[in-house]
Amino acid sequence: MGATLAVARRELAGYFATPVAYVFIVIFLVLSGALTFTLGGFFARGQADLQPFFNFVPWLFLFLVPAITMRLWAEERRLGTIELLLTLPIAQWQAVLGKFLAAWAFCAIALALTFPLWITVNLLGDPDNGVILAGYAGCLLVAGAYLAVGAALSALTKNQVIAFVLAVAVCFVFAAAGSPVVTEFLSQRIPVLAEVARQLSVTERFGGFQRGVIALRDIVFFASFIGFWLFANAVAVDHRKAD
Amino acid sequence: MPALIEIERLTKRFGSFTAVDDVSFAVDRGEVVGFLGPNGAGKSTTMKMLAGFVTPSAGTARVCGHDVVDEPVAVKRCLGYLPEGAPTYPEMTVSGFLGFVARVRGYRGSEAEDRVARAMRLTSLEGVRLQPIETLSKGFKRRVGLAQTLLHDPPALVMDEPTDGLDPNQKHEVRELIRAMAPEKAIVISTHILEEVGAVCTRAVIIARGRVVVDATPRELEAPGKTLDEVFRELTLGSAREPALAATEAA
Ligand SMILES: Nc1ncnc2c1ncn2[C@@H]1O[C@H](COP(=O)(O)OP(=O)(O)OP(=O)(O)O)[C@@H](O)[C@H]1O
Ligand SMILES: [Mg+2]
Repeated sequence: MGATLAVARRELAGYFATPVAYVFIVIFLVLSGALTFTLGGFFARGQADLQPFFNFVPWLFLFLVPAITMRLWAEERRLGTIELLLTLPIAQWQAVLGKFLAAWAFCAIALALTFPLWITVNLLGDPDNGVILAGYAGCLLVAGAYLAVGAALSALTKNQVIAFVLAVAVCFVFAAAGSPVVTEFLSQRIPVLAEVARQLSVTERFGGFQRGVIALRDIVFFASFIGFWLFANAVAVDHRKAD
Repeated sequence: MPALIEIERLTKRFGSFTAVDDVSFAVDRGEVVGFLGPNGAGKSTTMKMLAGFVTPSAGTARVCGHDVVDEPVAVKRCLGYLPEGAPTYPEMTVSGFLGFVARVRGYRGSEAEDRVARAMRLTSLEGVRLQPIETLSKGFKRRVGLAQTLLHDPPALVMDEPTDGLDPNQKHEVRELIRAMAPEKAIVISTHILEEVGAVCTRAVIIARGRVVVDATPRELEAPGKTLDEVFRELTLGSAREPALAATEAA
């Protein structure tokens, strides 16, 4: 575990050593704030909650998270440091997990920095803070899911642009799978798949958290989803590391 | 007792191209093997397989008795490996980077600090310890890589062109360092500087086009009144000409 954390710590410090971290955080805060107050009708709704904010977060992450993950392995290959990292005495899954944890912690920091929104609703009204907390937990799990996808895809290619586009595309599939457009289309033609799509949809699962419901099966879903993609990541690293 | 580094019929194919072809040799404690060969001969690929970075297509290697394929982590624990080009994380400071390597290698607290300090002393890096690596000159960057290799005082060392890019004084320092460590360690260095072989190596293994063409002491190589340069050229050019000759004969 110590080695995994050492990798995570180095990685996280690496984010803040470059402008990437600051650009990401500023864009995330500006966009989430702007969308919440304009399109989300934060004030106009006359309700003290963060629903408009939580509506946008998964879609913002859809583009922002791949921007973090695209360099995760591609950068190591470009610098040649992947050879250094993978010849240190750690198992491959430890390197994979360490990088993932760093990226996840980074997303947690970005989410935590939206606290002024939370303060605002608490000043303006009397929100159910339990629901808000569940919503934040859901956001973090969605970020984790997208990160796991993006990290695995970045291990497949040296090219950061390809890594980004692939990650957005695959994350979009899992985000849109539960949307009415997709499920209605499927239920008219292949009803079995409609249910599968809903089950696999990240946004559908997130909906529960957003309503303040933390269901065990949703947590199990996210855990297995992330686990599966981390496993794919380790396999991809193992096969493509020296190419 | 088996040698610290044993390479047995190691082979690596990239598609239909064989980069390393049936290479075998062993390195015992106290030996410094100079691994020579022209560009593209397969030196780095062999070393990457020793370090567990590239998976062999056939054959195997053992470091400190551990198989590189079956027990990669045990191999990495007892091996100091300097990859070609000495890659490091550019945004980190020298001591930050070495501290990271120490932590991944399982050292904590004052032991980690001692290890880092010792590695920096061996490679004369104390003066730049707080400088980001990207702001260092090429030779200093290489020394950071070297420090990383020596940090855990490993019994086996595999270094890919350790003196590349160093000034003459530093080359001398690194050779002295290798000579000083030699009695307790098994060392493999690849190099294009043939004088280095005479200066530090107890044995030279020359490969060309993936195959071992010579495994001898530097003295044996020079014996027939030729310089190492001439011997190297003869051995490696000779084998490079073969396919062309074979093709003309066939036609
Ligand atoms: N990932 C790879 N895919 C395909 N071919 C490769 C790969 N890595 C190395 N090769 C080929 O294998 C051969 C041996 O390369 P290697 O880097 O081991 O040579 P070398 O002896 O270290 O040369 P140099 O002295 O230039 O460092 C080269 O022809 C190289 O093009
Ligand atoms: Mg090489």
